[in-house]
Amino acid sequence: MSNAHPIPFRAILRHVLLIAGAAIMLAPFIWMISTASKPQTEIFSSELHLIPHQFALAENLREAFAKANLLRFLLNGVIVTVSIFLLQVMVALPAAYALAKLRFLGRETMFALVLFGILIPPQATAVPVFLLLHKAGLLDSYAALVLPFTISVFGIFLMRQFFKTVPDDLVDAARMDGISEFGIVWRVMLPAAIPAVTAFGIFSVVAHWNDYFWPLIVLNSEHLRTPPLAVAHFRNNEAGTSYGPLMAAAMVIIAPLVIAFLFAQRRFIEGITLTGIK
Amino acid sequence: MAQIELSAIRKSFDGTDVLKGIDFRIEDGEFISLVGPSGCGKSTLLRVIAGLEPQNSGEVRIDGRPVDGIRPSARNLAMVFQSYALYPHLNTFDNIAVPLRMRRLSAIERLPLLGAVLPGRRAKERHIRNDVEAIAEQLDIAPLLRRKPGQLSGGQRQRVAVGRAMVREPRAFLFDEPLSNLDAKLRVHMRAELAELHRRLKATFVYVTHDQAEAMTMSSRIAVMMDGELIQAGTPAEIYNDPEDIRVAEFIGSPKINILPGRIRKDGGVDVLGTALKLSCRAAAGDCRVGVRPERIDLGAGPFSGTVVHLENLGAEAFVHLAIEGSGLRLIARLADVRHLPGMASSVTFGFAPDAVRIFDPAGKRIELKVEQPERVREPAHV
Repeated sequence: MSNAHPIPFRAILRHVLLIAGAAIMLAPFIWMISTASKPQTEIFSSELHLIPHQFALAENLREAFAKANLLRFLLNGVIVTVSIFLLQVMVALPAAYALAKLRFLGRETMFALVLFGILIPPQATAVPVFLLLHKAGLLDSYAALVLPFTISVFGIFLMRQFFKTVPDDLVDAARMDGISEFGIVWRVMLPAAIPAVTAFGIFSVVAHWNDYFWPLIVLNSEHLRTPPLAVAHFRNNEAGTSYGPLMAAAMVIIAPLVIAFLFAQRRFIEGITLTGIK
Repeated sequence: MAQIELSAIRKSFDGTDVLKGIDFRIEDGEFISLVGPSGCGKSTLLRVIAGLEPQNSGEVRIDGRPVDGIRPSARNLAMVFQSYALYPHLNTFDNIAVPLRMRRLSAIERLPLLGAVLPGRRAKERHIRNDVEAIAEQLDIAPLLRRKPGQLSGGQRQRVAVGRAMVREPRAFLFDEPLSNLDAKLRVHMRAELAELHRRLKATFVYVTHDQAEAMTMSSRIAVMMDGELIQAGTPAEIYNDPEDIRVAEFIGSPKINILPGRIRKDGGVDVLGTALKLSCRAAAGDCRVGVRPERIDLGAGPFSGTVVHLENLGAEAFVHLAIEGSGLRLIARLADVRHLPGMASSVTFGFAPDAVRIFDPAGKRIELKVEQPERVREPAHV
């Protein structure tokens, strides 16, 4: 490598590859925005252009909101993801505390089971869980959307790994000060674990906001639909798929996540690196 | 204010015995140091007293009452940890207030939002505030009450940790190597501060350390622990001058006590390096080990000779490292007068008074000696 060329060839290659990767990742989103901005005639025209000749974003959005109760679906999404996250934290933190800081017979076995639980894909247990909810009469309700996800083995694992790094002295000091074991979880461990809880929260919210599979099989009623189902509603209409409003609806639905991501960008990356190291 | 009694305390982790039957009695108002090398079980013993670690057998009594099975907080002991263990998300005030809030407020009153509006909570909070502020005043941390532990220096955190221990007016204070995370200068300063605190509070202090200087300077009594056993307990002077075990002799004192190979003759006399000492003992003939503190080695006169291999001049005192002639042995002598140091590689003669000698049998136990002709009486040595 000569001194005359301050930008080495490898660096250029690296950036070319990264740009190519980014382009592939972004393409569907750009296509979505492009399609959402086109009138129906342009969408079906044979020529390929990203920038519409005639902007129709406003009309498409209006149609999307008119055809489906998008705000209701967004609210459903918030109710479901927030409930899932809060319940997951309520289960995962005490479990992780016990696995990380308490000594009891079978602790290692329990932890091995948690790890094993991570390996089981949710689809594998879908049918038994569905039958269980059916017997309990809970199908087609918020409970059906929330309950199966309240115990997150990934959350237990993540929090347990984080709690391992909290010094034992802190737990002992809390015991000397008269804080109960549950008190330690909420008053000492939770504040210390805020970065890990945030990271887990991002994973959990993203996963359940975007979940299509589970709401699709447990829901019938339209008013309970979560955002991904709402988008799907625009397809299969007897009149044929209206792509413009569909893409506009998709934009609306991913907007909260994109906005949240922009706000929590740093935390999000921290969260990923956190899971990467541990 | 409490008296703590330990009887036959045993503790093992995964089949390894960490405490092998400790019997000990800590008097009311005493400053006891538990010293020993790392892994000797001293911290475990402290945790057993605190109730953080249940013992496998044996009994802990505080003021004559057994406390086994009683929760740590109910024993009303306070502990200061090596890492200080301050709550990182709470500021100094809240850190010190935690034990008071836990004791004086009910569970409902401690709830984040609801608690604040309950009747009576205000008055209790005001009492807590007064108590915390009084403690902060005593410890000179009043200006730091709004800061989080992350914004405090090591010495300040140390004080906050002590404050959190003091505020609950415990029956006894337990310290687990509280100074080992501080730099050397601050450590010496905090040593004086803790000793002063003890004199002021007149409370029972149990202090775990591996630093013999801390133990020697602060405590009223030292208990030396090795391999899960309590070998010797006594005042600092007793431990230093009359070690009952060679491990105690070697652990206490810096530089380390000089240990030379010796022999007990059939008539009870003691030979060291082929020279007879003016001593006798009742032990059976055989090998023994002879210990002499560095400050009791007299350079310039005596039956032995050695070559100076290293000199350490500390300004107020100096340590002369000698290689003893005719053997591969090394020995350290302390010189109080640094103006007359022997030259490097020079040959010096040395000796020691018979009353400076402590001899130990091959198992390490002390052998009682009789000095045949006491030459002169020297003042007891200090560290």
